[in-house]
Amino acid sequence: MDVFLDEFFNAEVMLKYLPEIIDGFWVTLWLAFLVVVSGLTFGLGLALLRAYQNPVVNAAIILFVDLFRALPPLVIIIVGFFGLPFVGIRLSGFLISWLSLTCVLAAFTEEIYWAGITSVNKGQWEAARSTGLGFGGTLFFVVIPQAIRMTIPPLTNRTIAITKNTALASVVAVPEMLTVAQTSLAYAANTSPLTLAAAGYLLIFFPLTMLSRWIETRFAWKR
Amino acid sequence: MARVEPVVEALAIHKSFGDLEVLKGVNLTVAPQELVFIIGPSGSGKSTLLRCCNLLEEPSSGVVKITGEDITAAGVDINQVRQRIGMVFQSFNLYPHMSALGNVSLALRKVKKQPRAQAEAKAQEALERVGLAHKADAYPTELSGGQQQRVAIARAIAMEPDVMLFDEPTSALDPELVGSVLEVMRELRKSGMTMVVVSHEMRFARDAADRVLFMDAGMVVEEGPPDEVFGAPKHERTKAFLASVNGH
Ligand SMILES: Nc1ncnc2c1ncn2[C@@H]1O[C@H](COP(=O)(O)OP(=O)(O)O)[C@@H](O)[C@H]1O
Ligand SMILES: [Mg+2]
Repeated sequence: MDVFLDEFFNAEVMLKYLPEIIDGFWVTLWLAFLVVVSGLTFGLGLALLRAYQNPVVNAAIILFVDLFRALPPLVIIIVGFFGLPFVGIRLSGFLISWLSLTCVLAAFTEEIYWAGITSVNKGQWEAARSTGLGFGGTLFFVVIPQAIRMTIPPLTNRTIAITKNTALASVVAVPEMLTVAQTSLAYAANTSPLTLAAAGYLLIFFPLTMLSRWIETRFAWKR
Repeated sequence: MARVEPVVEALAIHKSFGDLEVLKGVNLTVAPQELVFIIGPSGSGKSTLLRCCNLLEEPSSGVVKITGEDITAAGVDINQVRQRIGMVFQSFNLYPHMSALGNVSLALRKVKKQPRAQAEAKAQEALERVGLAHKADAYPTELSGGQQQRVAIARAIAMEPDVMLFDEPTSALDPELVGSVLEVMRELRKSGMTMVVVSHEMRFARDAADRVLFMDAGMVVEEGPPDEVFGAPKHERTKAFLASVNGH
C-alpha cells in the first residue's frame, strides 16, 4: 500500500512538478477549446454545403469525411508533422495537432449534422418555401435549428471523444499536459506527475460532459 | 360583362410522376373573393393540383397565372410569387422550435424584411384573427391540433396573400376540434379572402363554397354551385363518390 501511495501520490514529487503540469494544462485546454470551436463550425459548414446538392462538391465532401473518419487521428498527426515538410509546408506541432483534430471532428460531426438535416420532415421545407422563404433561408432558419437540436446527444459524445485526442499532440512535441507529465515522470522516476495530469483531464472533461448533459436537457423538445 | 382578372388561373395542367400521370389536363379558375371547393376520392390528384398552383410541384405542362402573372414562365422569382399565395397543410407543419409568434413572424422578417417589432405586431394581429392572441408565446407541442392549424392559418394570412390554398385542413384533427378551424375559415371568407379548399367537410362546402369541383383520376369530372353538385350530381362517378362519403 505504501509503495502504491509513494508511486502515485508522492506529495513531494507532485509539488515539484505542479507548475509545469499547470503550464501543460493550459496548453491542453487551449488546444481542446480550439478543436471544439473549429471542428464543430467546419463540420456544420460542410453539412450546409452538402445540402446544396452539387454533385462535384458533394463527392469531395464525402471523400474528405470518409478519409478523416477512417484514419486514426495519430496517423493523421504524424503524417502532417513529418510528411508535410516534404512538400514545403512546415507547421508547428501545435498547429498540426489543431488542424488534424479539427478535420477529424469536422468529418464525424458533418455526418451527424447531415443525418439531422435529412431527418427534418419534408413538410417543414414545404411550409417555409410556401411563405416565400428561399432555399438558404429555409435551411438556415427552419431546418438547421431543428437538425442541431435533434443531434445534440451524438454531437456532444463525439466532440468529447475526439477532443480527448489532444493527448496525441505529445507525439509531435507539443508541451501539452501529457507530454509534460511523461517527461516529469522520467525525471522523477515516479508516476505521481501522471496522477496530476489525470486530475487535470478530469478538470477539463468532467465539466464538458456535465455541460453536454445540461445542453441536452435544455434543448430537449418542448422548449 | 367586364372580364374580371382571375386570382388563380391554371390552364391545361398535366403532371406526371415518372410513368404515373396524376393530372390529365386540369383547368382551375378562381375569381376574386371566390371560394372554390375541391372534392374527390383519395389519390385523384387534389393535393397535386393545389401544389401546382404555388409550384411546390412543377407542372409537366400547362400554365399557372396568379393575378394575371404567368408564374410558370422562365425567369419568374418564385419566392416573390409565393408570398402572394398562402398555403395550409393537412399536417400543420408548424416550426417546432419557434413559439406561435415566431412561426407567424418568420416570413414577415426574413421574406418581407420587416423589422422585428413591426413583424411581431403584425403577427400578433394575425393570431388575434384566428382567436389565439393569448397563445403567442406557446410552442406548437403545447397547442392542440386545432390551435396548431389556426396558427398555421395565421402564418399564411400574416403575409396578406391574394389567395389561400387549404389542403385538407381538418383531416388530421379530432372531430371536436374541426369546428374551430372551420369557424376561422368562415371568418376569412367573410373578410373577402379568395380561397381554394380541398376537404371532405361537405357541410362547410354547402354553406360557404361558391363553386364545387369534383375530381377523379386526374380530371375535373363535374363542377358547379354546391346545390347542384351535391343536390343533383350529373355524373355517375360524382354520385358514387357522394354516396360513399355520405354513407360514412
Ligand atoms: N411526389 C410524388 N411522387 C410520386 N407520386 C406521387 C407524388 N405525389 C403524389 N403522387 C401520386 O399522385 C397521385 C395523386 O396524389 P394526390 O394529389 O396526393 O391525391 P389526393 O390529394 O387527391 O389524395 C397518387 O397516386 C399519389 O400516389
Ligand atoms: Mg391529398
